[in-house]
Amino acid sequence: MPKIIINDKEIEFEKGMTVLQACELADVEIPRFCYHEKLSIAGNCRMCLVEMEKSGKPIASCAMPAAEGMNIKTNTSFVEKARKGVMEFLLANHPLDCPVCDQGGECDLQDQSLYYGVDKSRFVENKRFVKEKYMGPLIKTQMTRCIHCTRCVRFATEVAGVPEIGAIGRGENMEITTYLEKSMESELSANVIDLCPVGALTSKPYAFEARPWELKKTESIDVMDAVGSNIRVDTYNWEVKRVLPRLNNEINEEWISDKSRYSCDGLLKQRLDVPYIKKNNKLQKSNWDEALDLMISKIKETNPNEIAGHLGDMIGLENALAFKKLFEKFNSQNLELREKKFYINTNEKMNYIFNSSIQGIEESDLILLIGANPRHEATMINARIRKAFVKNSLPVFSIGNPGDLTYNYTIIGNSTKDISKLINKESNFSKKLLSSKKPIIIIGESALGLKSGKYIFESIKKFLNDNSFISKDWNALNILTQNASTVGLIDLKVLPNKNDYSFFDKLNDGKFKFLYLLGSDNLEFKKNKEFIVYQGSHGDRGAEIADIVLPNAAYTEQNALYENLEGRIQECRKASYPIGESKEDWKIFNLILKKLDKKNDTFKFESLRKEVFEKVLNFTNINDLPERKLVKEVEESSKFINEEITINPLDYYYSNSISRASKTMSECRQISKKVKKTG
Amino acid sequence: MSLKKVHKDQPSDFNFNKKNLEQVDIILKRYPKKNKKSAVMPLLYLAQRQNNNWIPLAAMKYIGKLLSMPYISVYEVATFYTMYNLAPVGKHFIQVCTTTPCLIRGADKLVKLCKEKISPNENELSKKGDCSWVEVECLGACVNAPMMQINDNYYEDLDEKSTIEILNSLIKDKPLKPGSYRGRKSTSPEKIKSTNGEQHA
Repeated sequence: MPKIIINDKEIEFEKGMTVLQACELADVEIPRFCYHEKLSIAGNCRMCLVEMEKSGKPIASCAMPAAEGMNIKTNTSFVEKARKGVMEFLLANHPLDCPVCDQGGECDLQDQSLYYGVDKSRFVENKRFVKEKYMGPLIKTQMTRCIHCTRCVRFATEVAGVPEIGAIGRGENMEITTYLEKSMESELSANVIDLCPVGALTSKPYAFEARPWELKKTESIDVMDAVGSNIRVDTYNWEVKRVLPRLNNEINEEWISDKSRYSCDGLLKQRLDVPYIKKNNKLQKSNWDEALDLMISKIKETNPNEIAGHLGDMIGLENALAFKKLFEKFNSQNLELREKKFYINTNEKMNYIFNSSIQGIEESDLILLIGANPRHEATMINARIRKAFVKNSLPVFSIGNPGDLTYNYTIIGNSTKDISKLINKESNFSKKLLSSKKPIIIIGESALGLKSGKYIFESIKKFLNDNSFISKDWNALNILTQNASTVGLIDLKVLPNKNDYSFFDKLNDGKFKFLYLLGSDNLEFKKNKEFIVYQGSHGDRGAEIADIVLPNAAYTEQNALYENLEGRIQECRKASYPIGESKEDWKIFNLILKKLDKKNDTFKFESLRKEVFEKVLNFTNINDLPERKLVKEVEESSKFINEEITINPLDYYYSNSISRASKTMSECRQISKKVKKTG
Repeated sequence: MSLKKVHKDQPSDFNFNKKNLEQVDIILKRYPKKNKKSAVMPLLYLAQRQNNNWIPLAAMKYIGKLLSMPYISVYEVATFYTMYNLAPVGKHFIQVCTTTPCLIRGADKLVKLCKEKISPNENELSKKGDCSWVEVECLGACVNAPMMQINDNYYEDLDEKSTIEILNSLIKDKPLKPGSYRGRKSTSPEKIKSTNGEQHA
């Protein structure tokens, strides 16, 4: 490997690195504003100047490729003088409004001016003023503070794939704006707030809420979709003030979706704080004793076969396991986790997870989407596909039309006929697929929900297995589940029979008399005469139809494990407290068990967690991918039915009870609807 | 110079006419197919020529679609360069050079006269609506300073008297001839024999 001398220390670096990256290898910190690891290099802030031997001028280390034998110095007075000069120019037009700026305390410019700022201004001219720009309901702008690093412009064009932000004008009149000040049409738009090194782009919902040093920071996991993005939850007292992304290159890199970030104001609204009982067709405040007594009496008078339970979209693994055990006590097996009918083969773990892994997308050389819209169903996966599309010009194909995905793709058909052609090697696309080395086939819930869902899944699995696309090194079979709880609950064997819609059939036939909804708001059914107990955190669709409402803790208020769509177990940590009289789910189950005179069977959190680790299939380590196994058996695929593959649209900003309670999300939803109407 | 702003009243539609579409084909041939965005500047100029010397938003959108590039990128280019007009200008569009050589030779007087005769501010249409003026940076005719450009023509070696005559002629919609107003032949030396022995005024 080539060598470079940094501050008289010789280090080795990889070919293709820049001087700045080499300096980082040598543990030398270089100040910067415009440079960002995940974005292209712009080299326009000039803050990263360093001294290079044989160069009369200082060089911008972010843009200079490192070369053999370079002698770089970063701690000389020459460098300091250069950086001070740059900082003076940056501050020439930057307002001195740190006390009223939301970036204060986490501002790159503030931090770096501590080391390179000059204490007096030599400028007597007025500072320039730039009008605020409208960028949508999430981004608050104060463009006078902008230092034109163009990180936001590069993010929008490169990562988000919506080239809507740009720099207009030139010289002193340069301004950053969206095209005609329209709101940014992306599910990743709010990441520009984190990227902005100054207070030009700040968070609108979080404006003037708190200072960073007042907040308690808890590292946690997002549960808005099945990706399991790593987040940091910032709380002030018990109130969740904001959610920020945490770096995890295997899942979300440095970004999170707008829904993950801004649903948090929904945690304060429409919360259930005490148990409710329906009296005279109206839910009335009650207490735990009364509500549970009524519930127990109903359970006792109901035949166990007529007791059913449904687990919602954001249930942690420990709670789900306790719920399953509780139902064993009820002698009932009518449990379901799906919100709509869709085919799942629960025989093997690979049948319901994203086997290629999110990072694997970057290695892949072909992607086929079947009835999936990753942009809405798993935003971070879409961002990763886009990254591979831009970096490796990865070809993407789709069966079914998912709409705008922020990258180009080819629709090769929209019916199950195209799938049968593909597996019978009759179409041109089959050749392409067979000649690829690491293909990825992503099957969405919309496709599995069709009558031919079984056919689609089993025949594709067989096709991939026959053509050795399922091996220890690479598994091309991927299922795109939509809810944070789905994969984990299947692992816990919540579904009693492998592929059975009996729950839905019985539910629609009105065969259940007692229905226990554990945080499920998206289950669509017509209420007959069931007695419904809803246990959830928000007064949403589930609570509306319930006879008893039991308040539980939301995802930021309890410790729990979640399994993401790759089968990766991650820990969601308690950042705040359950509000009012609400409790963690397993504690509520303990109350029920006590009422049933089964005190000895009560749950303990630690033992529940231990059991979860034992039960999860192919488990390796927490935060790690599951073990890759070979296909054990291939199921007989069912009959071919000619069907059109349509993708059920997902109401992105309104997909769960927390986001439905969020004011920010409803604003986003209205604006995105308006944009779609006017085009 | 301040940031150029787009005009309030925008036409809803813009299409190149037949003649210009032929031009577009010729322009696009100059660049490799994968780099067809490179044609954005000549196409913006073409649009400005077609649309009475200014570029409406509809034209930027049209060009963005034509070259399959984001609207914001076309917008960036159009706002960056000073010679693209984003708001209507007069039929007689006067550009007064005020860079150092012209200024030393009295360009400020020209500006003053424009303010009096045409409109008190830059980029403002005259009362009759057929003239407007703007201060510009060096137009490259320093030898004939002070000078101004009216539409495509250079009016050079100006003084107050000649400027008043020119501006009056524009207001009457009967523009005078372009060229030197001290009778010079292009940029030849004044009152000194030229190399071929001819005597100039």
